[in-house]
Amino acid sequence: MTVNQTAPAPSRQRRREANSINPGMISRRRKGSPYPYWFYLPAAAIYTVLFLVPTFASFFFSLTRWTIFNATFIGFGNFVQFFQDPGLSTGLRNTIIYAILTSGLKVVLGMLFGVLLTSKMIARGFLRSVLFFPVLLSSIGVGIMFSVFMDPDKGIINQVLSIVGIQGPSWLADPHWALLSIAFVDVWKGVGLATVIYIAGIVSIPQEFYEAARVDGASPTKCFWNITIPLARPATATVIILSLIGGLRSFDLIWAMTQGGPGFASDVIASVIYKQYEAGFYGLSTAGNVVLFVIITAIVLPLSIFLNRKEVEQ
Amino acid sequence: MKALKRYGGGVLAVLVATALFVVPLVFMVLTAVKDRHQAAKLDWSWPAHFDLVQNFGQVVSARDFMLVQAFINSTVLTVASVAILVVLAAMVAWVLQRRRSRWNGLANFLILSGLIIPPAVVPTIWVLQDLGLFKTMPGLILVEVAFGMSFCVMIFRAFIATIPRELDEAAVIDGCGPVRLFFRVIFPLLRSVIVTVIVVQSVAVFNDFQNPLYFFPGDQNATVQLTLFNFQSQFTSSYNLLFMDILLVTIPPLVMYLFFNRQIVAGMTAGAVKG
Repeated sequence: MTVNQTAPAPSRQRRREANSINPGMISRRRKGSPYPYWFYLPAAAIYTVLFLVPTFASFFFSLTRWTIFNATFIGFGNFVQFFQDPGLSTGLRNTIIYAILTSGLKVVLGMLFGVLLTSKMIARGFLRSVLFFPVLLSSIGVGIMFSVFMDPDKGIINQVLSIVGIQGPSWLADPHWALLSIAFVDVWKGVGLATVIYIAGIVSIPQEFYEAARVDGASPTKCFWNITIPLARPATATVIILSLIGGLRSFDLIWAMTQGGPGFASDVIASVIYKQYEAGFYGLSTAGNVVLFVIITAIVLPLSIFLNRKEVEQ
Repeated sequence: MKALKRYGGGVLAVLVATALFVVPLVFMVLTAVKDRHQAAKLDWSWPAHFDLVQNFGQVVSARDFMLVQAFINSTVLTVASVAILVVLAAMVAWVLQRRRSRWNGLANFLILSGLIIPPAVVPTIWVLQDLGLFKTMPGLILVEVAFGMSFCVMIFRAFIATIPRELDEAAVIDGCGPVRLFFRVIFPLLRSVIVTVIVVQSVAVFNDFQNPLYFFPGDQNATVQLTLFNFQSQFTSSYNLLFMDILLVTIPPLVMYLFFNRQIVAGMTAGAVKG
């Protein structure tokens, strides 16, 4: 950062000198900094037109009855409808449950696998690769695959459970289980990324801490609670923030597995947005977007400030 | 005793990981090459005869070779959007990292917003329609570029911080203008991080379902993920074809993974942890 601050000064000085000494230099210098602002332009144009403009426009259109071509201002009608209609507000509750459940499981399992896969154990490379591979699969593929596996009678999950004498639930058809089942699949698919982040975090903890603790007679469990967990905090923060954002926005997996069903049992805001869009209620759909925006900001922003502050205090 | 404990734990871990992560994939592959009747049982059996070619042919030719069209669409989408992303994001990241100005705060804020804010879908359709780009490939490519920009700029920026400034200065003294400096000197130096961005973004764009669903509707326009979703209902009783379809769609990311395993993981963590 200090380099950044001091660098422009000498060049400005040099330019002034160049102006007075060599007229030939002027034309070249007039081109300005070697880091021109117009390098921002193409990216900024695309980003502004296709991301910023729609985001700002959504605040207006969420207050209208809207048919793409003309919009009638109706105030907060869409939001009132969004929160009163049981079908729509289930989505709100489910989104929160789903995001907290998946990110919680990813933190716990990711931490566990991370510790396991940084310890000296056999087949470490194999385990890392196997765990990470599902991250690369498409949600749609994984969703379809697991909806076959979760078939109540023929699916292999219930077949395996029946071997040990458990009558498995009808994972996706039972309203009590549908959202949980999808959350499990989400964790199956995403835990590899959490693990990789934890591995990176744990590897960067200096070995001296562990050696000192061992000399003082600390047990491995104690080392884990008092050294690994606090010092892997940046990794924990990253995993929580990433999986919360992902969980709150989640759409693909849910749409591939249940399309929000049975009933509205596994509807989340993102699937409600799509359903309202598909039905032609563009204003209502956009109101859903604004609600999602507010929820994500309200949860993620304070949380990331909190997580980062704790980190600084140490 | 201690060695046995450690060894036993390792074996247990391998067994559990195999059961949870390898078995489903093996099951999928086996089912994909069975004939229809055997696949319908969804049981653990060795395929009576391998219908690999036949199943492949049936999946590919379904609905007038829609899958072929989808693969072409997905390839064009992935290649074009990732190429644009790499060049534009590297340009932004370079200037942002090197030049300290009052724009930096704004740029950083926008990058962070891009990572957090969920895109407003219907207003985006409205914008695309005004531009005449709705339901077109260029429109979808630009959408993927806009939504992927933040992540790419972040990764590039972290890497550019490690390139010494003296290099830029030397090139400037040798008479390089900004464009030549960037494309001739800096861009080649970014090679390793470019590979990371290419791999991570290609997998993301290729696997994307939501954006094509909203911004690229219509049967002729389908991308592979859309096709997969639509085939689900068609093949619902033929698990062999359904799983063959998933398998085909999974091959490109799989190949990427085999070649760039290390780089993908490095890129994922670099982008994630430093963010």
